Amino acid sequence: MTDWHRIGLVTDIPRRGARCVDSPFGRIAVFRTAEDRIFATEDRCPHKGGPLSQGIVHDSSVTCPLHNAVISLQSGAMRGPDEGRVRVFATRVDPLTEVIELSLDEETAGIREAAE
Amino acid sequence: MPEKLVVIGNGMAPGRALEHLFEKAPGQYEVTIFNAEPRVNYNRLMLSPVLSGEKTYEEIVTHDDAWYAANGVTLHKGKRVDAIDRTAKTVTAADGTTAPYDKLIIATGSSPFIVPIPGSTLPGVLTYRDLDDVETMLEAAKSGGRAVVIGGGLLGLEAAAGLKLRGMDVTVLHLMPTLMERQLDPAAGYLLERSLKARGIDIVTKANTHAILGEDKVEGVKLDDGTVIDARIVVMAVGIRPSAGLARAAGLDVGRGIKVGDDMRTSDPDVFALGECVEHRGQCYGLVAPLYEMAEVVASQLCGPCESHYLGSVTSTKLKVTGIDLFSAGDFAEGDDREEIVLRDASAGVYKRLVVKDDCIIGAVLYGETADGAWFFDLMKKKTPVSEMRETLIFGQSYQGGSPLDPIAAAAALPDDAEICGCNGICKSKITGAITAKGLTTLEDVRAHTKASSSCGTCTGLVEQLMALTLGDAFNPQAVKPMCGCTDLSHADVRRLIVAKSLKSIPEVMQELEWKTSCGCAKCRPALNYYLLADWPGEYVDDDQSRFINERVHANIQKDGTYSVVPRMWGGMTTSQELRAIADVVDKFQIPSVKCTGGQRIDMLGVKKEDLPAVWADLNAAGMVSGAAYGKALRTVKTCVGTDWCRFGTQDSTGLGIRVEKFMWGSWTPAKVKMAVSGCPRNCAEATCKDVGVICTDAGYEIHFAGAAGLDIKGTEVLTQVKTEEEALETIVALVQLYREQGHYLERIYKWAKRVGMESIKAAVVDDAAKRRVYFDRFAFSQKFAQRDPWADRASGGLASHEFKPMADISFQEAAE
Repeated sequence: MTDWHRIGLVTDIPRRGARCVDSPFGRIAVFRTAEDRIFATEDRCPHKGGPLSQGIVHDSSVTCPLHNAVISLQSGAMRGPDEGRVRVFATRVDPLTEVIELSLDEETAGIREAAE
Repeated sequence: MPEKLVVIGNGMAPGRALEHLFEKAPGQYEVTIFNAEPRVNYNRLMLSPVLSGEKTYEEIVTHDDAWYAANGVTLHKGKRVDAIDRTAKTVTAADGTTAPYDKLIIATGSSPFIVPIPGSTLPGVLTYRDLDDVETMLEAAKSGGRAVVIGGGLLGLEAAAGLKLRGMDVTVLHLMPTLMERQLDPAAGYLLERSLKARGIDIVTKANTHAILGEDKVEGVKLDDGTVIDARIVVMAVGIRPSAGLARAAGLDVGRGIKVGDDMRTSDPDVFALGECVEHRGQCYGLVAPLYEMAEVVASQLCGPCESHYLGSVTSTKLKVTGIDLFSAGDFAEGDDREEIVLRDASAGVYKRLVVKDDCIIGAVLYGETADGAWFFDLMKKKTPVSEMRETLIFGQSYQGGSPLDPIAAAAALPDDAEICGCNGICKSKITGAITAKGLTTLEDVRAHTKASSSCGTCTGLVEQLMALTLGDAFNPQAVKPMCGCTDLSHADVRRLIVAKSLKSIPEVMQELEWKTSCGCAKCRPALNYYLLADWPGEYVDDDQSRFINERVHANIQKDGTYSVVPRMWGGMTTSQELRAIADVVDKFQIPSVKCTGGQRIDMLGVKKEDLPAVWADLNAAGMVSGAAYGKALRTVKTCVGTDWCRFGTQDSTGLGIRVEKFMWGSWTPAKVKMAVSGCPRNCAEATCKDVGVICTDAGYEIHFAGAAGLDIKGTEVLTQVKTEEEALETIVALVQLYREQGHYLERIYKWAKRVGMESIKAAVVDDAAKRRVYFDRFAFSQKFAQRDPWADRASGGLASHEFKPMADISFQEAAE
């Protein structure tokens, strides 16, 4: 059974923006896209450890503030020729209350589509 | 002996279910219907045309009295069922009418959600759900005045358009930044807003309704920001809720709606539910197509054991406002397992976006041209692979079947009189004729001789194709460097078009200039944000989320994710109080490093993000403001001590530096701007490698610019000599304003000067005093909005507090149950 942690409301995060959540795995960045999709990744760029939560969010990607690496929020993979991947976490949103919940479980990360 | 079927509710879903039932198994059931509304079944989707006057009630009736009679249906009009007894298998209406059943269908639909704000129960507050609502609105519309519609979704906008056509003034209040955000992406939402405004409907987005005003009837609406809008009626159209109370009271399983399985049965196998009151696999539906699919399943199940099941629906939406073509279907959120295909035609007001995943269309938004909506929806529902027609998919069904179009062949196929440049009315033969007759080889030549592509520029691609066609290999397309991968336009084109077409927001620019992505990227968004800010001071609202982090949180991000903080020290001057405050801040927040910068400032490095607002509050308390050391903005004005102390000083260089900095701080520029004022030609302030520098002499002030001491090293050029401090200030300000209006984002002054040429700059700010004054005034106007200390706004408890604290801490939290 997946443990879901309540972390706040969709409206706590600006559109095309991000907020941080402290966790046993360190900082997690929680993103909200222009179209209100919610994603969560480790707050550390695979390139040189930049805080992804501070980047510019566009489409379902974020551009790292330190050296402009572009990371896919869905898979955690770096876009373009770069290799590297950041850990992603599963999230789900209650459509009525807009409460966001986050799972720290490894295995739920792959099933975010199913959770929606 | 037929079984007894009782239906509670007489909307579109049970109506359709009965049609199927009578067709499949005539005579199997004796049907009794209870309808809370005092009338027969009508097409609720057509309420908007009734409201707008395009149809009458009689025209939207689905089943008239004769239909019920022919099928032996007993219809109780105006009788609301208020109890179901599942043991006795009867239903009872409010007036005591009781009917026994073998099978029961609950189709109680949904009720509009009324926002529980003060005044929401006043007479004149209406919903938009049934014919009674429409009749009340029509009655109100007769005496005119203003209607306020709360909710910019499908129903709200249809109500607004209808009331407008009936002669009322209409204001729509919508909580979200763009209209119909559940069905439309922001670009299409913007287009919709524009067309509705063009019809004279006022739209207020991000509007939080505080209260409905009035003593014994509605008189107005008050927003959270204090705005009061007069209103004779208020229409609440913020959403619907499944009406499941009756089912709940009868002990059936109810979540958000009445829970049904794939066979459309509730937790009691003799009781079916369908329509908007239903929750199926966690989903509630408010659109007609899924309800019809459910109706078919209910009818089949009623006929006996069968395989017919309801598996959920993909839905599509059309806005029923005459003259506005809009279609949306499926899932159109972005994702990296998805591809998007975007087509924008600014002059025709067309926006189309398809979202493709695993070679199938999963979402579509069409605006302005929706003829292919049904075709796309069909491809989506059938999961038809689209790779074969990928190239021309977005052009629609009529383009399919042939080979993919080669753009040059397409240009060749155009008739000679085809209009190429809509702005200037230039046809194909005029362009090809001019190319041949005058031996034109460049786009600039073609623009100069024919005017084609010289206005809005959106036909540039087509003109280039005609050149390639006419010149063959001799055509060498000009290397226009696009801003980024989201557009083919250069920075220069984008800047020109923002002004020429009065584009005033990022979604507007992206739509009108036919951006190829829906949300831009980290290159174009900050550039557009700057251009709009510089071109429309006081009008454009700065978009924080399109700014680089440093400008968003007003500090410089460091390699470890901490920040550095640099307060302004006017002209490089400081005081013991300021130094003491800085020392206290360093101690209090345990800031690891303090350093002097090249621009005569003090830099505190390694500040934690969470501490920033408190650090600023302390610095503000000592009278210091943001030094903008993080911005594409006026950074520093460095000075020497001048006539105050120096035995060689010729003018008050410190005073002039402070004056320039106090006048210009807070302004945003294409790239950073660093200045210096030296009091004599010995140049201790190193003014001759700055973006703008002043060398004081006995005769006055020598104004320099376009220096560089970074990646490139370049001495400044002399712009002019002036005699007074006033003239020096006016010239510097006008020069920077010219740069603000012409510079490309991230282009330093020396690069801008090289691109536009020294002569054009001198002509604007030196040779013509009147012009110089105009630039100076424009800068001064813009400063009225720009000179706010961002630190004071954000210091403890201020603006954007979400930036500075984590949203949650789940480090030690027990798992949620």
